[in-house]
Amino acid sequence: MIYFDKVSKTYSATSIALDGVSLAIEPKEFVSIVGRSGAGKTTLLKLLLAEEKPSSGEVYFESFNVHNATPNEVIQIRRRIGCVFQDFRLLPSKTAFENIAFAMEAAGAADADIAVDVPQALELVGLADKAWHFPNELSGGEKQRVAIARAIVNRPDVVLADEPTGNLDPISMREIMGLLKSINELGTTVILATHNHDIVNALEKRVVTIESGKVVRDDKKGRYMIK
Amino acid sequence: MATGVTIQRIIRGGFMSFWRNGWVSLTATLVMTLAVFVIGSLLFSNVLLTSALSQIEGQVDISVYFRTDAAEQDILAANAAIAQLPQVRSIAYVSRDDALAKFRARHAGNALITQSLDELADNPLQASLNIRAESPEQYEVIARFLESSVYQAIIDKVNYFQNQVVIERLSKVLSAGRAVGLGITIALAAIAVLVVLNTIRLAIYVARDEISVMKVVGASSAYVRGPFVVSGALYGIFAAFITTVLFYPLTFWFGPQAAKFFGGLNLFHYYLAHFFQIFLILLSCGILLGTLSSVIAIRRYLKV
Ligand SMILES: Nc1ncnc2c1ncn2[C@@H]1O[C@H](COP(=O)(O)OP(=O)(O)OP(=O)(O)O)[C@@H](O)[C@H]1O
Ligand SMILES: [Mg+2]
Repeated sequence: MIYFDKVSKTYSATSIALDGVSLAIEPKEFVSIVGRSGAGKTTLLKLLLAEEKPSSGEVYFESFNVHNATPNEVIQIRRRIGCVFQDFRLLPSKTAFENIAFAMEAAGAADADIAVDVPQALELVGLADKAWHFPNELSGGEKQRVAIARAIVNRPDVVLADEPTGNLDPISMREIMGLLKSINELGTTVILATHNHDIVNALEKRVVTIESGKVVRDDKKGRYMIK
Repeated sequence: MATGVTIQRIIRGGFMSFWRNGWVSLTATLVMTLAVFVIGSLLFSNVLLTSALSQIEGQVDISVYFRTDAAEQDILAANAAIAQLPQVRSIAYVSRDDALAKFRARHAGNALITQSLDELADNPLQASLNIRAESPEQYEVIARFLESSVYQAIIDKVNYFQNQVVIERLSKVLSAGRAVGLGITIALAAIAVLVVLNTIRLAIYVARDEISVMKVVGASSAYVRGPFVVSGALYGIFAAFITTVLFYPLTFWFGPQAAKFFGGLNLFHYYLAHFFQIFLILLSCGILLGTLSSVIAIRRYLKV
């Protein structure tokens, strides 16, 4: 479903983020991308979202070559990918409800559907009572749950989670991971980038280890090995 | 996608972000008010300048004095011939009797003059034609016509030739005044536009992360841009309202003083008489400035 074909990304002579990465991800998989800070995890996800262009190689989302796609196709691809970031990236001047609704409005959903789906998504992440709070009136864990609700509200095929627990306490961390797991069990592909061993080891799912921009391990039921 | 719903969402989004980003909106509106105010002031000063200049122009004329022995019908024939010239805006005939009556009226209090006039057997004053041209530089043409015409014989003198230097200089000053006015107008308007553009650019720069999130979440560029353009229009609309209201006390206070100083019309009366035109001009300038600035400023952040 997602295929990285010998992808390299060089930001500048001193920062080579990815170096000949090839990687295939099947539908409904839960893949953890692990590696030290600066290994190139975020870059990999940005390439899939077409936020960055690869220096060489190709990225495929189903039949689309992401970086040869028209702007309109890029929009369509993005609507099928939900994103969760370490720093949440919520819209600060919109409430929790509006943040989630924005993803649907942008995709042209009908008002009637928005009125049904957004409360459902809020319910799912356990924030029904904070629907009208602005991001600055929410805790970090709550913000991340809003972000997850936004990522899944359009029923995407893939959810990208880039260090989604990086800024959270252990309890919120477990909640977020629980949500990602249940999203995956409902049939959505999840790609998680992290450098947290405990999380990865507890998952017992596929683990791809990146080191200095190269894939060094790819284990079906893997663990995050520390040298 | 239903475009009606989308447009509705964009407009609602624009109003919402205008209202919720209160400080940014307030700042942008104030800067925009400044710019619209500059444009409005230029409008008013242009009106003032034009009316003052035409007032001055109106005071320039030339007079043709006829010999006292000229027959009145010849003078009237000359009057008719001059009136035919395309350069002539108006012409007024002052007969010898009229001239005398005016002279007496002017010196009614001076016994010496009235007495000496009474003692004269004949009216010593000359008949004259007062000519106004369409524009100051045309007096020369009219004067040349008089000099070379058949009426040369009955003409005693044309005061253009006495005033030639003054009239020429005045006509130069007037056209220079217009050019300088236009130059200042363009320069100030350009500065105002640049300041607004940079303020809105800053407001959008602050929102650049939001813009990239919106794009990553799957919004089209047009859908992201829309609310910013609506906010830009709102800055312009409020600025136009504020400026139009501000001009009431300003012209009320400044109008009569300017009228006294420059001559020409009272700006307050002009403001009242052209209220809606002024408002509409300021409104369209404000909206145009706000929306265009937003469109230009957001362009680079939409490339994500
Ligand atoms: N915009 C950029 N310009 C230049 N260099 C960059 C840019 N973004 C990332 N890099 C470099 O690319 C390399 C990989 O960065 P990336 O963000 O992908 O790492 P990461 O694995 O996500 O790290 P972390 O775990 O800290 O988030 C780093 O060396 C970084 O310095
Ligand atoms: Mg990262």
